[in-house]
Amino acid sequence: MGFEVLLKGKNMIRLLQGLGVALKISLISVVISIVLGLILGMLMSLKKPVINMLSRIYLEIVRIMPQMVLLFIVFFGFTKLTGRNLSAEVSSIIVFSFWGTAEMADLVRGCLQSIPKIQYESSMALGLTRLQTYIYVIIPQIIRRLIPLSINLITRMIKTTSLIMMIGIVEVLKVGQQIIEANRKSSPHAAFGIFATILLLYFLACWPISCLARYLEKKLV
Amino acid sequence: MNITVLQEYLPIFAGAFLLTIKIGLAGVALAFVIGVAGAFARYFKIPVFSAIIKCYVELFRNTPLLVQLFFIYYGLPVMGIRISAEICGILGLGLLGGSYMTESLRSGLEAVPKIQTESAFSLGFSRPQTFMSVILPQAFSISVPALVANVIFLLKETSVFSAISLMDLMFTAKDLIGLYYNTTESLFMLVVFYIIMLLPVSVLGSIAEKRSRLKMFGSD
Amino acid sequence: MNEILKIEHLTKKYDDLTVLDDISLAVNKGEVLVIVGPSGCGKSTLLRCINGLEDIQDGKVSIDGKTGMVFQSYELFPHMTVLQNLMLAPVKVQKRKKDEVKKEAGQLLERVGLSAKKNNYPRQLSGGQKQRVAIVRALIMHPEVLLFDEVTAALDPEMVREVLDVILDLAKQDKTMLIVTHEMAFARAIADRVIFLEGGSIIEDTTPAQFFDAPRSERARKFLRTFEFENVH
Repeated sequence: MGFEVLLKGKNMIRLLQGLGVALKISLISVVISIVLGLILGMLMSLKKPVINMLSRIYLEIVRIMPQMVLLFIVFFGFTKLTGRNLSAEVSSIIVFSFWGTAEMADLVRGCLQSIPKIQYESSMALGLTRLQTYIYVIIPQIIRRLIPLSINLITRMIKTTSLIMMIGIVEVLKVGQQIIEANRKSSPHAAFGIFATILLLYFLACWPISCLARYLEKKLV
Repeated sequence: MNITVLQEYLPIFAGAFLLTIKIGLAGVALAFVIGVAGAFARYFKIPVFSAIIKCYVELFRNTPLLVQLFFIYYGLPVMGIRISAEICGILGLGLLGGSYMTESLRSGLEAVPKIQTESAFSLGFSRPQTFMSVILPQAFSISVPALVANVIFLLKETSVFSAISLMDLMFTAKDLIGLYYNTTESLFMLVVFYIIMLLPVSVLGSIAEKRSRLKMFGSD
Repeated sequence: MNEILKIEHLTKKYDDLTVLDDISLAVNKGEVLVIVGPSGCGKSTLLRCINGLEDIQDGKVSIDGKTGMVFQSYELFPHMTVLQNLMLAPVKVQKRKKDEVKKEAGQLLERVGLSAKKNNYPRQLSGGQKQRVAIVRALIMHPEVLLFDEVTAALDPEMVREVLDVILDLAKQDKTMLIVTHEMAFARAIADRVIFLEGGSIIEDTTPAQFFDAPRSERARKFLRTFEFENVH
């Protein structure tokens, strides 16, 4: 069924290395997204008109523009605009962080809104200062709600990074195609085995993280 | 930006747009059908079927559409199952979307309080009547925000069709950039057509969300 | 007599809507004041003005010491255990020693019958248990005045009693309390003084016996009638 090709030479290791490239880019983008998203989400809940308007435009762009389109704009547009080449890796990290930051900011804003006002009041009634209320009462509650949501963002980021092959990064799908090409004669069914394996690899990367997110959501919230 | 180039590109992109929309909508429709059936099976815990749906949902929600398409389009034919690119696109989008719709509808169904079923029974409704006229409409209202988000997500995902040589918007843009180096014009048209496709859905979605909230709580 | 709380000409408005209109009231140490009245009469707002959760437009509130408040919806911190809920404010606000606070928390929990629950999270408790913890959380700050804002209104009937018993016990210890409630039998049993509030003004300020048996105002009579039923047989 084409699985035998995986046992030839270093094929399996090459596939895993390809997956590693995708995972590395998702991890970097997730970290950037979480940091920037936390900051933007808090800015958004200040309810300042200018910030509100700008962030709404930003969120709407991310909501309707496919990441693939953004990837093309950054990858090809940057070269066109500056005459210099932006590496595919950097382009993809920029785009995925741009997307992830918007997602994260929206989650943070939602969490901040979901803490009832009377929680602030009961802290005040106990004599806690505004700062103490945030440190001991509000922020710990927000973090608890955010942890499962941010973990979910990781799986979505991993799935999204499969797009990077389209701007020429040699990741797991590209490696797969190369292996299929190279073994066209000896293993005519390689396409089935290789793509099934890649499907499984992505599943093995994302599924445990999804389960963890679900478990934490039940436990923490 | 060159206006003549834009004029020249307009019909090419319009054609690609129609193809993208066609496959996108067909995929969304298939996703809804799968979603309703899947949610039904999960909600009523229909033996075997419910377990299959559960595995299907986990598999498709935890893998990228691009890889799913590659498997269907390049992997299946070598085993003798040949599918055209268009059907592959619809099938891929429908299966991916079906897993998301199943989850959204199922959690909508589960969010309707059990007492609603009981009160419908006590009014003399039969089991199917209760489901169709009491539970389902409420579940649907609860699910609207998630369903809208799913539709937008699926229409955005159409951008990966170019990978299986479907002449969609993305493919056209990439092709034209490769052929004539008119990067700015191509990217501009690409963005414009995606805005045309998704902005109305996004706006209508927000309105639908407001109205379903109104139905549920009487006001927002 | 020893005045602990004094309200002079308190006025509270939301935009044009006057919620409390020129309220004057003095409470003595150890007194239990029950505030009753129809919904929307400003009872809860009065408590919130006393502990500074609402800013006031006119008048003065002076308290000899600090207040503790118990809310209708408990408002325990969901991410902390019972013990952590109790210790947060004494340790962070009053800078008291952890050991000493922990010991006192243990004693107070024992007193309200919840020693076994000290390491549980609020979501693992029943409504009545949560409310008893919320009362202890207010008590442990050693407030001079305790404010209770419809603390049994969100509870199932069978849990009302366990919470009211705790408050009755506090009255025996001569705590100064202001209680907003709809439980008329309880109000009558616990009150040293009853305030009847309507439309943002004090209509009656009298003894429970006088208020419940022979209210002076027609409005109070009408209010009390809403709690009675005609005999149908």
